[in-house]
Amino acid sequence: MTPGLPLAGDAVGRLTDVWVYLSASPLLGLTITLLVYHGAFLVYQRSGLHPLANPVALSVITLCALLWVTNTPYATYFEGAQFVHFLLGPATVALAAPLFEQMARLKRLWLPMLGALVVGTLSATVTAIGVAWALGASKETIASLAPKSVTAPVAMGIAEKIGGLPTLTAVLVVCTGILGAASARYVFDALRIQDPSVRGFALGTAAHGIGTARAFLVNPESGAFAGLAMGLCALFSAVALPLVAGFLLRWI
Amino acid sequence: MIPALATLLVFQLMGEALVRSLSVPVPGPVVGMALLLLALVLRPATLQAIRPTTQTLLQHLSLLFVPAGVGVMLHLQRLGDEALAIGVALVVSTLVGLASAALTMVWLMKRGALGSSPPSQPPVDGGAP
Repeated sequence: MTPGLPLAGDAVGRLTDVWVYLSASPLLGLTITLLVYHGAFLVYQRSGLHPLANPVALSVITLCALLWVTNTPYATYFEGAQFVHFLLGPATVALAAPLFEQMARLKRLWLPMLGALVVGTLSATVTAIGVAWALGASKETIASLAPKSVTAPVAMGIAEKIGGLPTLTAVLVVCTGILGAASARYVFDALRIQDPSVRGFALGTAAHGIGTARAFLVNPESGAFAGLAMGLCALFSAVALPLVAGFLLRWI
Repeated sequence: MIPALATLLVFQLMGEALVRSLSVPVPGPVVGMALLLLALVLRPATLQAIRPTTQTLLQHLSLLFVPAGVGVMLHLQRLGDEALAIGVALVVSTLVGLASAALTMVWLMKRGALGSSPPSQPPVDGGAP
């Protein structure tokens, strides 16, 4: 410390102490996650809920940039962010409420929904494996890609079972959700599908929770069907995907 | 809010316990959801108690995926090396998944409508705009 500037040196030292303390406590990671998401959500609302201004994508990019600039490891950030991550479980349970409210329609449409679920889930998995294999991806990457249309905690479990990397799968799951939520409107409009129950169910099947979140914002009926699709997809995939993907991976 | 949150956690806990004790390969929260749905069918009044909390939670479902998404930092190397394969596989399979699920559902709904109800009425003269 230079003798002429004791106060400035003191202040810098104290600031460093504060930063050292904060960067090691979960408070910072949690706070920054909520603030960044809130900001991203305001941008999304300003854009008139434009599908390309997806709040998850905006938040992830901003947070990665912040962590990179401050040289913070992901593990340190996750100490705080895990409290948000944990809520995925209760939120999945909470899907029972909108499902119950749509019971009458669900009962009437069980066969079309079951068909859409099986065809949608299997075709997404098989094309993901096929395209990645044709373009020369490694076996570990292919196994991590296979369950990417399933909601995060389930997909990670499946990836582990078939020889993928669970944390890579989590990222691919989020990418899939963002892609699905961003492109759904254009795909359904091109196919001339207007029925909100079909749009919601397909979005929940192909893009799990992020698609469901988008569906809830656009139309509550779509949201209920998306939530149902996400839940059924998780159930179906947990049982069927290890078998189907495991079988395909043996041939690669 | 606290009773509602506790309800959700209790059902998640029951789901996890059931899955572990029967060692079925299904995630605990999904079983918890099924159990809560069953409880709502048996006692519809429960809905009023939990509705505000479930609505808030589901409205911000996107937020809950952010921490996992930031995990992209751990895999930049691999994602860079295999960018083409991963990118094309993600885009193609997501579009195929969306389209195939939607088309299958529409097709089955049309078939179901043909089977269970009389053929659609021909348009009535006059009144239609």
